[in-house]
Amino acid sequence: MPEITDKTVEKIARLANLQLAPDESGRFSEQLEKILGYMHKLNQLDTTNVPQTAQARQGRNIWRADVVVPGLEREAVLAEAPDVQDYGFRVPRIIE
Amino acid sequence: MSQDYEIVIGLEVHVELSTASKIFCGCPTTFGAEPNTQVCPVCLGLPGTLPVLNQQVLTFAIRAALACNCQIAQHTKFDRKNYFYPDLPKAYQISQYDMPLAEHGSISIDTTQGEKSIGITRVHLEEDAGKLVHQSQGGQIGTAASSLADYNRTGVPLIEIVSEPDLRSADEAYAYLTALKEILLYTKVSDCNMEEGSLRCDANISVRPRGQEALGTKAELKNMNSFKNIRDAIEYEAKRQIRVLEEGGKVEQETRLWDADKGTSHSMRSKEEAHDYRYFPEPDLPVVYLSEKMIADQQQQLPEMPQARRHRFQKEYGLSEYDAGVCTMSPAMAEYFEDAAKKAVSAKVSAKTVCNWITVELQGKLKADGKEISNSPIASGQMAELTRLIERGKISGKMGKDVFADMYVTGKDPEVIVQEKGLSQISNSDEILKMVAAIIAANPNPVAEYKSGKTQTIGFLVGQVMKASQGQANPKLVNQILRDCLDKNI
Ligand SMILES: [Zn+2]
Repeated sequence: MPEITDKTVEKIARLANLQLAPDESGRFSEQLEKILGYMHKLNQLDTTNVPQTAQARQGRNIWRADVVVPGLEREAVLAEAPDVQDYGFRVPRIIE
Repeated sequence: MSQDYEIVIGLEVHVELSTASKIFCGCPTTFGAEPNTQVCPVCLGLPGTLPVLNQQVLTFAIRAALACNCQIAQHTKFDRKNYFYPDLPKAYQISQYDMPLAEHGSISIDTTQGEKSIGITRVHLEEDAGKLVHQSQGGQIGTAASSLADYNRTGVPLIEIVSEPDLRSADEAYAYLTALKEILLYTKVSDCNMEEGSLRCDANISVRPRGQEALGTKAELKNMNSFKNIRDAIEYEAKRQIRVLEEGGKVEQETRLWDADKGTSHSMRSKEEAHDYRYFPEPDLPVVYLSEKMIADQQQQLPEMPQARRHRFQKEYGLSEYDAGVCTMSPAMAEYFEDAAKKAVSAKVSAKTVCNWITVELQGKLKADGKEISNSPIASGQMAELTRLIERGKISGKMGKDVFADMYVTGKDPEVIVQEKGLSQISNSDEILKMVAAIIAANPNPVAEYKSGKTQTIGFLVGQVMKASQGQANPKLVNQILRDCLDKNI
């Protein structure tokens, strides 16, 4: 089982765009270690004859017909934007 | 160059499917709408919303995958691909990771060395991202202080078709894309319009010394918006990598952006972890089961594929490889040609002649007008009729062109135009004989010259008869009758 270090936590935080307080990496690495430890325990169960799934609900397809349903009024949509220009969401510089 | 290198290319093609609504919500997919007018809480990624799969997306994707000879999975699932980018409001893209819709396919391409099979690794479903307009001169991202996001395209259904690294030259890559585009058009799953972004392609390229088995380090090329761009970009990249190796360097694994104006590519500097997507199963979408019936239904929907049709046109209608290629460029073109050819053949006119009129005259005119064959003002049956009039000698080829021009403008039947304009060619031997006799009598000197062996004088005499007939005599018949008369009474 891979060890969860402060460095791992910092990397995950960076990927998730989270800013951690200085004392948080230590705290979270301990917690994650415990969670993954439990997963490790589950992994020891013999599941050879259990089909793989990511969900509990199975067996029936759920879908919709290809029908257009009107969405939101643009005014309402853009009212949620922090910054608007030319009916677009204005976002800050992408490449530094 | 001291060493011979082999180029290895794999292509990733993204295709927008022609559904009316988006993949997970009911927003329309119409191209070119005003910014942010085709969005809803689902595709904007607002909290508390749930995606529901559009069944038509699945239908189209299965059909396309079957057309690429893929094996369709029994069940498939969606995954979240996590990354932050302003064109992705949810901060993840719903895609497919380890259980794609289809795998293990292949398509056949025509190369200078004949047919070649190119492996298809996988076909999977995903949602498109939004569109960004960068606020800088020329819309360059690097110098833009800000960008404007339009989420109309967010959630438009895509299939990604990944090829095996089986392509060995820029030309093969071009042929592969051409073949793939034809297949997608034939199966009617996408309009494949590159200008509107319905078909986009990224290329993975590496080079290795010929004979070496291990693949070289690959670079990923992006931002190519035409097949020609792709060919140029691949050629440039292969040369660049060979130069790096020859100078004793190492090819970097990186993403490079093609700049079509400059004809060069540059490295896209990205943060080190940009490719750590942390895929995990999408908890909001259930597993999809692909029944045998669903697959069989789509198998039935498959039309005759372009390559098969090309070969059949060559065999059945005696077309050259080139002409068969032009006539199968799109399903609409193939249907137009075949309809005209069938009518022509039943009127005992060669399909080859019809093909020439369609590919040269009609295509030329449509191209100049920026029109598609589906909008041709001349129906396929009228085209067949025009060639019949010409082959029967009712009108000359030259008159045919005038009639064609008239048909193109008015949409009238060729026969009607011929009558209205009094164009009918004189193919009556007796009438021509009379005219020939008159010309012979009126031109004793040229006639004497001809008889003394200067046979090219016939041209002048034919010209005189044609003039006398006001261009309405059948020139072939005139020539023949003139020769008969001159040669007979020596
Ligand atoms: Zn929507």
